[in-house]
Amino acid sequence: MLARRIIPCLDCDLGVPGGRVVKGIEFKQIRYAGIPWELAGRYYEDGADEIVFLDITASHERRETMTSVIKKTSESVFVPLAVGGGIKSVDEAREVFNAGADKITLNTSALKRPELISEISDRYGNQAVVLAIDAKRRYGQEAGREIVETPEGPCWFECSFYGGREFTGIDAIAWAKDAVSRGAGEILLTSMDRDGTYDGFDIPLTDAVAKRVRIPVIASGGCASPDHMLEVFQKTEASAALAASIFHFGEWNIRDVKTYLKERGVNVRV
Amino acid sequence: MIAIVNYGMGNLFSIYNALDRIGGDPRIVPDPEGLAGADGIVVPGVGAFGSCMDQLSRFEGSLLRAFQEGVPMLGICVGMQVLFEESEESPGAKGLGWIKGNVVRLPDGVMIPQMGWNSLSIKRPVEMLEGISNGDMFYFVHSYYGRPVDRSVIVATTDHGVEVTAAIAKDNLFATQFHPEKSGAKGLKILENFVRCLHC
Repeated sequence: MLARRIIPCLDCDLGVPGGRVVKGIEFKQIRYAGIPWELAGRYYEDGADEIVFLDITASHERRETMTSVIKKTSESVFVPLAVGGGIKSVDEAREVFNAGADKITLNTSALKRPELISEISDRYGNQAVVLAIDAKRRYGQEAGREIVETPEGPCWFECSFYGGREFTGIDAIAWAKDAVSRGAGEILLTSMDRDGTYDGFDIPLTDAVAKRVRIPVIASGGCASPDHMLEVFQKTEASAALAASIFHFGEWNIRDVKTYLKERGVNVRV
Repeated sequence: MIAIVNYGMGNLFSIYNALDRIGGDPRIVPDPEGLAGADGIVVPGVGAFGSCMDQLSRFEGSLLRAFQEGVPMLGICVGMQVLFEESEESPGAKGLGWIKGNVVRLPDGVMIPQMGWNSLSIKRPVEMLEGISNGDMFYFVHSYYGRPVDRSVIVATTDHGVEVTAAIAKDNLFATQFHPEKSGAKGLKILENFVRCLHC
């Protein structure tokens, strides 16, 4: 049986030499969490199953900074590394893979040009392409939408892009299915309603996507405690849970979270 | 010196870094001549069986010589699958055939590829698995797995809908379906065992 994975996510501001890990709510109230490769090393030692790096900057030199961060990290971190943020072509993906990344994550660029998914997966395999979806609830029963029942009423989910600043009109669940057929190997599913709220994962969203695609789904957005991870693993088929702040600021250690989950019957690697 | 066979398939940084980390003196070797004098050889592998064999074929003679001379060898992932005779992934493509048997697709109904951490069930204790216990987890990414005719070469399995061959051992050859270089401290332990075997 595959273990449920715990994945720390490093949002990286690469506009400074060496980069820095940041966390903020909708780019406001930004807090600095540390240096990317140092934090990655700490999480590796603590038992992270995988580490995600997301480039949230738009500076010109960022790609080079990201490749140096990955190179440095892969010298001492021996779990899978996923890297995303602004990758628009196979050439850009290649740079990141060559630096030591095992997977790349695509979001805005794939929404704008879905062929990018197959271009990269044809070359590097499905397992190397993670589709990131930022989904927001839209209440009501709109025709042609994938409707999900929630305690707050039926809704569909709309994809956003550009880091949550713009909306696409695209149905997130339909997009997830389309991306699978194009060769995405995994879905990193972030609830925009929950992200930054510390209210826990969006269970109906995670459940709906995990049931409708046959590839691993990483639940993201809203995690503030091991209880939230327990809930998402008990109530959905999510393969992994992603969190940032609770690890960055010393509230929880990954090892303690995994022990907590294991004691409650979740199959995790400890 | 440990030669990492570079036949153009996939990223070799991870295995290089992992061996370097534990003092294994790795070298990435792009030509068959470079295998001469290696204390150990690692055959990595990413991608489809057929394209791996296309690229690996120029190394075939040198690898066989080293295998017969008793040089410790480690195959990883598709680097393990190519040891078999053939694969359902690439009908018609011939593998190295050092292990009798074939490579088959994971069954319908399970998540394919198997991607993530799964636990080992150890079938036979061998030196390469020293320090590894039943239930220890390793990182797998694959859609196919090897089925040896002689089941005694299987030293560990994992459960993914079926009993999946996770590691095999035959003479100086050891191979894993999982990625020791991506499997944290337990994976490094296997690589340390490999380095230690070079000198025994």
